[in-house]
Amino acid sequence: MSDNTIKGRVAVVGIGETTYYKRGESPDPEFKLVLRAILDACADAGISHRTVDGFCSYSNDRNMPARLAAALGLPELRFSNMQWGSGGGGAAAAVGNACAAVAAGYAECVVAYRGLAQGQYGRFGAGARVNSISGPPAFTVPYGVMSPAQMYAMRTTRLFHDHGISPDTLKAVALAAYHHAQNNPRAVMHGRPLDGDTYDSSRWITEPFRLYDCCLENDGAAAVIVTSAERAADLIDTPVYPLSVQQGGPHRSGATVDNQPDYATSSFKLLAPRLYAQAGIGPSDVDAVQSYENFTGAVVMSLIEHGLCSYENANEVLTVENLTAPDGALPLNTSGGNLAECYMHGLGLQIEAIRQIRGTSTNQVPGARVALANAGPMVEVASTALYGTAEALG
Amino acid sequence: MTEATSPYLAPGLPAPRPVRDGLDEPYWSGARRHELWVQRCPSCGTHQWGPEWMCHACQRFDPDWVQVEGRGRIFSWQRPHHPVHPALADQGPYVVVLVELPHADRIRMIGNLLGDPLQAIEIGSDVDAVFEDHDDADPPFTLVQWRAR
Repeated sequence: MSDNTIKGRVAVVGIGETTYYKRGESPDPEFKLVLRAILDACADAGISHRTVDGFCSYSNDRNMPARLAAALGLPELRFSNMQWGSGGGGAAAAVGNACAAVAAGYAECVVAYRGLAQGQYGRFGAGARVNSISGPPAFTVPYGVMSPAQMYAMRTTRLFHDHGISPDTLKAVALAAYHHAQNNPRAVMHGRPLDGDTYDSSRWITEPFRLYDCCLENDGAAAVIVTSAERAADLIDTPVYPLSVQQGGPHRSGATVDNQPDYATSSFKLLAPRLYAQAGIGPSDVDAVQSYENFTGAVVMSLIEHGLCSYENANEVLTVENLTAPDGALPLNTSGGNLAECYMHGLGLQIEAIRQIRGTSTNQVPGARVALANAGPMVEVASTALYGTAEALG
Repeated sequence: MTEATSPYLAPGLPAPRPVRDGLDEPYWSGARRHELWVQRCPSCGTHQWGPEWMCHACQRFDPDWVQVEGRGRIFSWQRPHHPVHPALADQGPYVVVLVELPHADRIRMIGNLLGDPLQAIEIGSDVDAVFEDHDDADPPFTLVQWRAR
């Protein structure tokens, strides 16, 4: 393994989030939400917003760096980066791209951000409202396949078939998220607990996904500030170190009409070994896991592909008890995640991993040194990150 | 391969049209004739779906188009209940299948499984292509659907 990595060279010094709203309920337009999250992150880092000199986002975010830089009065914009396509699959990658920019010297203080106001713009989870359709969607939409849930449900069907995974694992992922959200006042589902009977009797969205297997749709914005490890030490008491961030897709992940050779995959089989190798740790070193829930079936795949459980023992390991902080063996989505905190396209999960390392989660894992946060399972280009304390740098 | 069916889903979903650059035109014109056409590389012989300008296996440009037998087996499935489009508001549940074609390098196609929308579905079971004409559409088109053998 090359020693040309980000480990020890960069640190997260600021995190910022707006209030998280139900879809369409933000009183602010999207651009304002993003500015608020960035200013919040700057305040958290204790820096002037004019220190920022770069921006990274993903999922074709509409709020462009040049407009942000102008609004914030930045003396110079040195890095402007978009992670292509694949929806929330770019959440960890956006932080990783910020890390790379700092490590390479392109910029010194880079913000990874995401903003969504679906009242102002269209819904992510709704089907196409057009009269005709061409290209790859023409091979799916006329058959009633057009929402993200429908694009990924059949991978979960196949996961069950190939490996004997029980649907109870999906239920455990949903219940653990809602459990954690009850301690998190930021969570949209705070005060709205979910029990097993309610899950079991909830409506099908598309079999094998029930309502509670699907992420929320929300308005809000979030931001993460990355700078050099050297500078971070002067700024704050608890810098959080990205130990390794990986992005990519397996062979022909971009093949259309569900023709990816490896079908029932979260797209992490190749990324996870590289993630651990560059961090110099293994799955057993991970204290808390934030695993992107577009749909619960993908979380099960992700945990397996990150080596946190196996195809053989997933049915035994993935229980509410094990997935719940502070005492579970595999504390999962400790903010409530995309299912119950907010669906900020997964940037909230990156922030929760950072919070676990700072020791400030509302569902803190005692003594957490390493936290994992992945993004966009099953999409063409996914990403995944490990964050650690100074001790975890080794 | 001339079996036909009436529309499986309620009318009003977006109508498919060949892409303007011509990439998938042989598929859509084949479907109008109740034939199943897919890409196959003249160099390495690999079947490919969906259509692309380059063979994913050997990187030769412009794969040929060949007619293949309209049979396959169910690789995966889902049963949507939630109407994601206004046209499906009164549809109720329907079945979507991902069908692999064993005689064409196991390329996969998406369609509906005809028959009872609440039927039990078994991965690996055999299905045959059935053609669903939309002659009144402008321009007319034909969808490829699947029926348990």
